[in-house]
Amino acid sequence: MEKVIIKNLTKIYGHNTDRAMQMLRNGASNQEIREKTKQVVGVRDASFTVEQGESFVIMGLSGSGKSTLLRCVNRLIKATAGEILIDGEDINQMSSRRLEQVRQEKIAMVFQRFALLPHRTILDNIAYGLEVQGLRRPIRQEKATQALELVGLKGWEDSYPDSLSGGMQQRVGIARALATDPDILLMDEPFSALDPLIRQDMQDELLDIQQKLQKTILFVTHDLDEALKVGDRIALMKDARIVQIGSPEDILLSPASDYVARFVENVNRSRALTASTVMVKPRAVAYPKDGPLTALSHMERHGLSTIFVTDRAGHLQGYVQAEEASDLVDKGIRELDSIIRHNMPTASPDTMLAEIMDTLAYCKVPVAVIDEQRKLKGVLVRGSVIAGLAGGRRVSHE
Amino acid sequence: MNSIPRLPLARWTDQAIDFLQTRWGPSTQAFSDQMENFIKGMQEILLGIPPELFIIAVVLLAWWLTGGKMAIFSLAGLFFIYNVQLWTVTMETLAMVFTAVLSCGIVGIPLGILSAKNQTAHNIIAPILDFMQTLPAFVYLLPAIPFFGLGVVPGVLTTIIFAMPPVIRLTDLGLRQVPQELIELGKSFGSTFLQMLFKIELPLARSTILAGINQCIMLSLSMVVIAAMIGAKGLGGVVWRAIQTLKFGMGFEAGLAIVVIAMILDRITQNLGKSR
Repeated sequence: MEKVIIKNLTKIYGHNTDRAMQMLRNGASNQEIREKTKQVVGVRDASFTVEQGESFVIMGLSGSGKSTLLRCVNRLIKATAGEILIDGEDINQMSSRRLEQVRQEKIAMVFQRFALLPHRTILDNIAYGLEVQGLRRPIRQEKATQALELVGLKGWEDSYPDSLSGGMQQRVGIARALATDPDILLMDEPFSALDPLIRQDMQDELLDIQQKLQKTILFVTHDLDEALKVGDRIALMKDARIVQIGSPEDILLSPASDYVARFVENVNRSRALTASTVMVKPRAVAYPKDGPLTALSHMERHGLSTIFVTDRAGHLQGYVQAEEASDLVDKGIRELDSIIRHNMPTASPDTMLAEIMDTLAYCKVPVAVIDEQRKLKGVLVRGSVIAGLAGGRRVSHE
Repeated sequence: MNSIPRLPLARWTDQAIDFLQTRWGPSTQAFSDQMENFIKGMQEILLGIPPELFIIAVVLLAWWLTGGKMAIFSLAGLFFIYNVQLWTVTMETLAMVFTAVLSCGIVGIPLGILSAKNQTAHNIIAPILDFMQTLPAFVYLLPAIPFFGLGVVPGVLTTIIFAMPPVIRLTDLGLRQVPQELIELGKSFGSTFLQMLFKIELPLARSTILAGINQCIMLSLSMVVIAAMIGAKGLGGVVWRAIQTLKFGMGFEAGLAIVVIAMILDRITQNLGKSR
C-alpha cells in the first residue's frame, strides 16, 4: 500500500516565488535562479512513493536539499509547488487544525541533535506527544513506559536529558517518536551526531525495532554506508534534485550518473552486496551415480580442485575433492558415495557478504549458495567476491 | 539658522497634557484610587508580619537559594534596618516595589511574547522601549503629576514605566533564543500555539525572563527612591528629606538600608532562575 506519495515537489525559499518558479519550469539552473531572483531552490521537482512498512532513505551531501525535502513531508517547511499525499490526503491543503491532528497521530519525527526538552524528565520527554494529544496522565505514563522499555532505557525514567550520553538521548528521541504509535517516522540524520561505534549499534537497534513494528520510515542521512544498511530503497540527492532512486544494490551496481558512481566509490560494499550478486554459476557438477573417473574428468576439464555433487533436480548433496577421487580410481572403486563430504559452508542468496567474509577467508572449499530447498544456485569463489567488492559492475555469471 | 522659528515642542507637549488631563481626568482619578488601595493593602500585609518572623523567613529563603554567606548578610542587614528604626519606611518601599514589579510582569511578559511572535509588533515596541529607557527618569515624573497629583500612585506608575522595558526585552529575547530544533519538535508533534508556548517556549525562556524580572526589581527600587521627589515616601522619602535638611547621617542610614534591600532582592531573584 502506498503510504506517502510525493509528486513534483518543489521548494523555493523566499517571499514571492512566482518568477523563480517560472524560471525553474523553463529549466533554469539553481544558480541562474539565485542570481536573477536572489531566491534559493531547496528541492527541485522531487517525485517518489513510499510503501507502507518501507524504509526509504533520502541521502545526499549537506546542502543537497534532503532535510528540506523531509520537512516538507510534515509541512515544517511548506512546499512551493507539488503534492505530498499522506494516505491520499494532501498535507499542503490541510487546515491548520487538520495538520495538527495528522502530526499528532500519523507522523512523528526524530532529530539530529535529539531535541530533548531539558526541563523535563526522560519519561516526560517521551510522553510529550501523548501530552499534546491530551491523554490523561496515567495513560501517558503507561504508554511512555512501554516506549522507554522498547529502546532499553528502563530505570532512567526520572533522570534529566543532560545526564544521558548522546546515544541514550537519541534512544529517548526514538522512544518519543514511537510513543504515539505513528504510522510514519521522519528521521533527520538521527545518528550523525553519534560516535561511529554507537552509531552502528543504533542502526542495528533501529532495524530490530523496525522488524517488530513495521513503520513507514523516511530516513535522511549523508552517510552512504548507513543508507545502504537502513534503506529498503534510497533516493540520492544532488543540488536539490533527486538523481537516482533504487535499492541499495541498484545504487551500487548501476549508478545512474558519474556523481552517484563517485559517491559509491568508497563505500564498504560488503554491507550492501549479497551472495547472489557476486556468486558465479558452478562450472560443473557431479551426480551421485557418476563414477570417480567422470567426476575427475569434469574437474580436469574445468580446472577445479573440488566439485559439488547434486541430484538430478539440482539439490546439493555435498562435494568431492580431486585427490580423493583419483585415489578411488587407483583403487578401482566405481562409486563416489564413500568420498562425498556433506559438511560444508553454505550461504543463502540474501546473505550479506559481510557475514560470510570470514568463512571465505579461512575455508579451502568454495561456499555454495543454496536456496531454501537446498537447490544449488551458485558458488562463491574468492576471485568473484573480490571483484564484486572492488569494482562497480555486476560480475559475469559464467 | 536663526531665521527658522523656534520649534514650540514644549508648548505642544503642555497643550497635549492639558487636553489629556481634561479628557481623561475623571477616569485617571478612579484608576489612581484603585492603585492606591492596592499599594496600601500591600503595605498593610508587609507591616502586618512581625519583623522577627519577616527576618527569619528572608534569612531561610536566602540560605536555601544562595547559601550561608547571603543568609548571614540578610540577617545582619535586616536587623540593622530594624535597629535604626527604618522598618516601616522600608516596608513602604517594598510595597511599592512589589506593586510595580507585579504590574511589570503582568503587562510586560505578554507584551514580550507578542513582540517575539509578531515582527510588526516587535518593530513598534522596540523603539518605544528605547525611548522609555533613555529618557531621563526625572522627566517621567513631571507628566505624572497633572494626572495623578503628588504621592505614591504617580511614583509607582513612573516606576512601572521605567522598569518594564527589561521584562519585555528579555521575554522577547528568551523566546527568540529557543533552539530551532525544539520549535520543530513542538510543531512536528502537532502542538497548538498555546501548547508550544507553555510546554516548550516559556519553560526554555524561563531563566532569561527571570533575569528580566531581576533587572526590573533593581530598576524599580532605584526609581521608587527617585519618585520620593513627587511624594512617594518610603526610604527614598527619608533620603529626600535628608537632602533638603542637610542631615547627612540620616541620609546615610537610609542609603545603606536601600543597599541592603537591593542586595537581598538581587541575589535571591538571580538564583531563582538557576534552580530547575
